[in-house]
Amino acid sequence: MSEIRVNDFVLKIGTVNGTGSASANSLLLKALFRMGIPVTGKNLFPSNIQGLPTWYGIRASKDGYMSRSLRVDILVAMNAQTYQKDMQNLCSGGFLVYDSTWPRERQLNRDDITVLGVPLAKMCNENFSDARIRILMKNIAYVGVLAALLSIDTKVLRTLIEETFASKPKLIESNLKAINLGYNYAMETFTCPLPIRAETMGDNSKHIMIDGNSAAGLGCVYAGATVGAWYPITPSTGMMDAFKAYCKTYRIDPETGQKNYVIVQAEDELAAAGIVLGANWVGARAFTPTSGPGISLMSEFIGFAYYTEIPSVFFNVQRVGPSTGMPTRTQQCDIMMCAYASHGDTQHPMLLPANPYECFEMAVQAFDLSDHLQTPIFVLSDLDIGMNDWMIPELSWDDSFRPNRGKVLRSEDVEKLEKFYRYLDTDGDGIAARTLPGENPKGAYFVRGSGHNKHGMYTESSSEYKDLVDRLLVKWETAKTLVPKPVIKSSAKETRLGIIAYGSSDGAVLEALDMLATKGIHFDYMRVRAFPFCDEVTEFVESHETVFVVEQNRDAQMRSLLILETNTDARKLVPVLHYNGMPIPSQCVVEGVCEHLQVEAVA
Amino acid sequence: MSFIRKPKIDLPSERQNEIGLLKRDYEGGLSTLCAGCGHDSITAAIVQAFWELSIPPEKVIKLSGIGCSSKTPAYFMSGAHGFNSVHGRMPSVATGAQAGNRDLICIGVSGDGDSLSIGFGQFGHAVRRNLNMLYIIENNGVYGLTKGQFSAAADKGSRAKRGDINQWKNIDPVSTAISMGSSFVARSFSGDREQLVTLLKAGIMHPGCAILDVVSPCVTFNNHLGSTKSYTYTRDHYHPASQTDFVPHANEIRASYEEGESIIVELHDGSKLLLKKTDSGYDATNRSSVMRYLEQQRARGEVVTGLLYINAELPEMHKIYRTSETAMKDLEYEQLNPGSEALAKLQAGMR
Repeated sequence: MSEIRVNDFVLKIGTVNGTGSASANSLLLKALFRMGIPVTGKNLFPSNIQGLPTWYGIRASKDGYMSRSLRVDILVAMNAQTYQKDMQNLCSGGFLVYDSTWPRERQLNRDDITVLGVPLAKMCNENFSDARIRILMKNIAYVGVLAALLSIDTKVLRTLIEETFASKPKLIESNLKAINLGYNYAMETFTCPLPIRAETMGDNSKHIMIDGNSAAGLGCVYAGATVGAWYPITPSTGMMDAFKAYCKTYRIDPETGQKNYVIVQAEDELAAAGIVLGANWVGARAFTPTSGPGISLMSEFIGFAYYTEIPSVFFNVQRVGPSTGMPTRTQQCDIMMCAYASHGDTQHPMLLPANPYECFEMAVQAFDLSDHLQTPIFVLSDLDIGMNDWMIPELSWDDSFRPNRGKVLRSEDVEKLEKFYRYLDTDGDGIAARTLPGENPKGAYFVRGSGHNKHGMYTESSSEYKDLVDRLLVKWETAKTLVPKPVIKSSAKETRLGIIAYGSSDGAVLEALDMLATKGIHFDYMRVRAFPFCDEVTEFVESHETVFVVEQNRDAQMRSLLILETNTDARKLVPVLHYNGMPIPSQCVVEGVCEHLQVEAVA
Repeated sequence: MSFIRKPKIDLPSERQNEIGLLKRDYEGGLSTLCAGCGHDSITAAIVQAFWELSIPPEKVIKLSGIGCSSKTPAYFMSGAHGFNSVHGRMPSVATGAQAGNRDLICIGVSGDGDSLSIGFGQFGHAVRRNLNMLYIIENNGVYGLTKGQFSAAADKGSRAKRGDINQWKNIDPVSTAISMGSSFVARSFSGDREQLVTLLKAGIMHPGCAILDVVSPCVTFNNHLGSTKSYTYTRDHYHPASQTDFVPHANEIRASYEEGESIIVELHDGSKLLLKKTDSGYDATNRSSVMRYLEQQRARGEVVTGLLYINAELPEMHKIYRTSETAMKDLEYEQLNPGSEALAKLQAGMR
């Protein structure tokens, strides 16, 4: 293996959770980012706090591919427990870096890889006295080793360390020392750099590194959300952490110390949903971040909000189900549940962000849509988007933006009316005006989950009931015109084949499209961004002979939803599924498509 | 719940309160509960209390869960926004409403099934947050709307209409609330209008979560011999532990009382509660002695009523959160949005 490969590699670090490897990994990721190389970082971690194996994968891709790659070119094996498995995952011609302080078992060898031993623990024990520092610096030392092996700019590393520990000069010193220990050992011992290497390339200054949960939490701040209610659940917890952190920065009155936000950690998800409804009912913008099991618990209130028409925003950072499932693994498995959550005839708009950029954007849109439509809105992210490190174009904000609060009659508006009727649709869009408690007795109405008529009064009349639920269908039609349209990428060559994907499956499809094009197979690609489906979605399905629906669940939920809602011929929708809990790689798409088209897949 | 519009009749003799409203301005739709239901007496007492306090109806929100008791917010104050939520979840909606607009005066009406079974958790957490609301439990020991099953408040040994004897120990909302750290706990009886109105007023003005358990007999399913929640049983075992006078802030305490026989509790707006001791040594501000007293009376089968525990110093939710004085819903978007410059600055740290 001597072919030089620049800015196109996958690096994987195997450690034990709780040993502080996160800062070392982030240092590596940011160094590559600052060298102008497109990068992504993905965590694979156990549902545990300390002592179990955890991995961090960094993909550098000069072509800008963001999906998980099945290849591993360089593996840093810091966890003796997983040596064997880690080594098996390494691709042929790859490199294994391990801590040679202790002897390695012979049977762990492989002929087609290069093993590079570095006495990391020994070095750190000799150079640092504090026990905890020794453990932490062992991680920083492997960053130094990789800097030598991959030709990572050490000036960039130094700057990053200086910035990170600006307020703790002692830590700058020890971190730089650890980098040098690793770097110098590698330079002296191995032929550096390796054929697989990094090189300064483009300009990433118009990009940022962020995870989807942080971006969504930030979006809620920018949307003007003031009430957040939640019950802690992986993988959504980071979203409320982010909202809280940004609120602390931007929403505390410097003079009085008073907060322009309320975050309620509820007793359970049922209560979180109730709090969201109560706050929205009185006119504050409120949301809850949760994951699948949380939505199950919130479902009664979700149906209530649908029927009584209370704005509410639910973020579902999806994880592997069913039941408790695998909380630290990713899936797109709550599509059907969220689309029709709760008993009775219910249907809900869903926004489907594909990356943190859209998490921010759609968080803002979700509140506007919810206020406009007076109905629950779901934002369906997933663990891959929510908890992993993504490189995205920098976020921008238009200061002239003002939220759309929908049809809210304030006290003076109510005063002008002869009489106020809560559920009377006066302009045919299926949306009636609401009033806010505390403002005008003339606007008072009674919210009830039982039968109510257009005047907001209790009813058991068949025709009045039917009038009301039929109007909700009119509103549903209005929703179709308001939700984000799909992104369509047409093939350069005319084709009768289409691919549909959504959310975090986007990256794998984009890469697969290029791979398939080299095999002479061309597709039009539509990324669905919302439910209900607008006309463009139906047209795309109708205008292609075969449409592959790529998604990360077992039961082809989006395909089912398309069949249900577009009346298309089910036979033309071919499922391509990935549901083992790991983010979908492009190979899965290529293989799934090729298998159907009976073309041999190229590895 | 069925709803019948109630005719508003002008009675020349009716008195206006301080803000010029008549009692009928505090009424709602006509009740469709069974004739003689204790809940209707409570509704009437609520009308009386809000009228006496001269609270503008539009400043009030009235919330409930599911059950007979939860129907009642439709029967009072039609000028207030109402929220008949899902079973057992009224407290969470009230929490959200209070989070979104702290200026609202919040009254929640629940029942023993709604608060002590399906909603036991939410009841506990409203108390824990000391949510600024009056939380009424209309307690009849029975599930009325589903025709007579025992509730968790039914006393052990109590007999159902069809003859079953309840085998389970009851959950007492009063001692439960006190042990959870509640700031205001009272019990009353739908048949004692005078005491009930006073306790409602005290609860409305209390700056925190005021739990008011009201024994409210179900005339259809739990008012027979052998029931411990009947009118007869309650009257026979009725045992006021203290007598409360509510004194609005503008008024001086005129009632005469003997030193050591009364306790004055001042509320945040300057209004005062005057607690007259009827049992020697009863002190509603001493949690451990209250618990001991309640346990003694429980063993004797007595229905202890009155303002049983109060601590007006416990901070309510917003005080703990240090929330802005301005209601969340009234904050300007400009105050909430950090703007493009802040976004650019923030992102400089994400590279």
